[in-house]
Amino acid sequence: MGLDIKLPIGLMFTIFGIILTVYGMFTNSDPQMYQKSFLVNINLWSGIGMLIFGIVMLALTKRKKPEKE
Amino acid sequence: MEMSFDLKWIDYLVMIIYFVFVLGIGWALKKFMKDANAFLEAGRSMPAWVAGLAFISTNLGALEVMGMTGSGAKYGMLTTHFYWVGAIPAMVFLAMFMMPFYYGSKARSVPEYLKLRYDEKTRGLNAILFAVMTILSSGISMYALAILTEKVLGWNFHVSLLLSAAIVLGYTYLGGLSSAIYNEVLQFFIIVIGLLPLVFLSLHQVGGWEGLQSQLAPVAASHGYEPDAYTTMWRHSGTAGGNPLGVEWYGILMGLGFVLSFGYWCTNFLIVQRAMAAESPRAARNTPLIGAIPKMFIPFLIIVPGMVALALMNNPAAQFTIPTNEAGQPIYDYTIISLLKYYLPSGALGLGITALLASFMSGMAGNISAFNTVWTYDIYQSYIRPTTANKEADDKHYLKVGRLATIFGVLVSIAAAYLASMFGNIMDFLQTIFSMINAPLFAVIFLGMFWKRSTGHAAFTGLLAGFLVALLHHGLTVPAGATTLVKGGWIAALHVYPVEMAQNFWTAIFAFTTSALVTVVISLLTRRTKSNDELVGLVYSLTPRMKEDHVVWYKRSSTLAVVVLLIATILTIMFW
Repeated sequence: MGLDIKLPIGLMFTIFGIILTVYGMFTNSDPQMYQKSFLVNINLWSGIGMLIFGIVMLALTKRKKPEKE
Repeated sequence: MEMSFDLKWIDYLVMIIYFVFVLGIGWALKKFMKDANAFLEAGRSMPAWVAGLAFISTNLGALEVMGMTGSGAKYGMLTTHFYWVGAIPAMVFLAMFMMPFYYGSKARSVPEYLKLRYDEKTRGLNAILFAVMTILSSGISMYALAILTEKVLGWNFHVSLLLSAAIVLGYTYLGGLSSAIYNEVLQFFIIVIGLLPLVFLSLHQVGGWEGLQSQLAPVAASHGYEPDAYTTMWRHSGTAGGNPLGVEWYGILMGLGFVLSFGYWCTNFLIVQRAMAAESPRAARNTPLIGAIPKMFIPFLIIVPGMVALALMNNPAAQFTIPTNEAGQPIYDYTIISLLKYYLPSGALGLGITALLASFMSGMAGNISAFNTVWTYDIYQSYIRPTTANKEADDKHYLKVGRLATIFGVLVSIAAAYLASMFGNIMDFLQTIFSMINAPLFAVIFLGMFWKRSTGHAAFTGLLAGFLVALLHHGLTVPAGATTLVKGGWIAALHVYPVEMAQNFWTAIFAFTTSALVTVVISLLTRRTKSNDELVGLVYSLTPRMKEDHVVWYKRSSTLAVVVLLIATILTIMFW
């Protein structure tokens, strides 16, 4: 089936990553918001994590398919 | 604790983006859906890693995620028995010994394997039971989703029911099994990534694993167990009363580790279908093995937070509660909802909720895509309109039937969801009954694959006998404290089990044993109808072994199988 699933996965997590990272940066000064997560800016951190994951997935789609055995 | 969430725009944004991608994948695959094979079998073209992640994702439905987190809060670390002993050995067995026959026989479904190996009536019985069961399960998860969104997000029950049905219908109708599989891979990642923050924050709060152990020790003592009863697996399984699960070691090993898990993983077409869609015999064999690797670590994702919930519930300072029913009993299935609400701020919360919605979708789509295959090939093609000489016209025709079956399946699921909303108990009962078909089915397929002497008449009788004994056992025994007949004892209460789990294990053990015995005895009494030549590719002793000599040792399935078993053993010893 001619669809490389890594492409939509990579795209989706890159978008999620950007959204949450930016949201995390904007809400960083709001102490109330991160009270429940023990002052850990969980949005920023999971945003960065997803961004890296998304970019790695996108990079893997560029890799040439290995020859079939 | 008030259950409803206060979601912000960002949470909805995450959810909407996810649904756009889900439907987009279906849309992108639409142009490849040219015949029934592409639509119903994904053209047997999936790479092993895609099929493997889909394999595990189908199993990671919402009822599993919610149920296992709840069990973590109820039974503690013993819940991991459902993984390391209750799944991994069966998955390895499926991969190494059964996949070569399922895949190599060119059967397009598990019922069709029964037809090739035994006869038409065995296939018919299995196909019809399976079709009814999948639609029922899909309806039940649709109902659970709608109830949840009503309570948690404040959405209208009917709107969320129809909306979720429409999304699942949308992407399975457009892209068939391929779309279901690709989306399962996407769902796998969103479930893992969406729930990871919960693991970190919950462990952070209790001070890591050691902290959790010391906080659960007084809880165990207050229930009359040894201090480490909630944080160990086997240590207190010498007696049923010594551990929170209420089952002793041989019940766990035989009931869960053998009959229930082999019955589920090795015969359930919903799961096996993912491996059958793999691109080559080797990929098909690797599918369950690749799926087994994430499977081993899922306990840390969903059970450990459940255990933290148990510690928090017993710590008044934490101010953590889970919702209760009218009788004041905690609803353990909602543990994960309470955890999400307790820990996650807007943003990460949207991601967590999306993960939960994704797990519902993956369960429903899995059921629908297995249903339309069994309906089209095993019921419609066998009994209503057989193939004709014109292959091209046939292909087009069965593609159309497969598509219509998808719509039909979703419509019946919606009806089942409404039935569940009116007669919840009846649906629970039906689900219990249908869960009984797996154990006898495993006995019959196992004997079929490894004993060439077993016959069609024997298999059919064995299936029926196993099912009837399961019913009988359920009707004659009750778990302690049962208040409705749905839990058993609807004939007479001859025996009382300490917990429902023990009753389930023993139902499965009785069903399996009966079915195996009946199949063996009747096989010896009846004449073989299939010659050795007809059974090549279907029976172990008559089929040439799959050779792996040409593959470097570290790429062989057998190496991967050993690695998987080794990791599972190490994990078991670590948490003994």
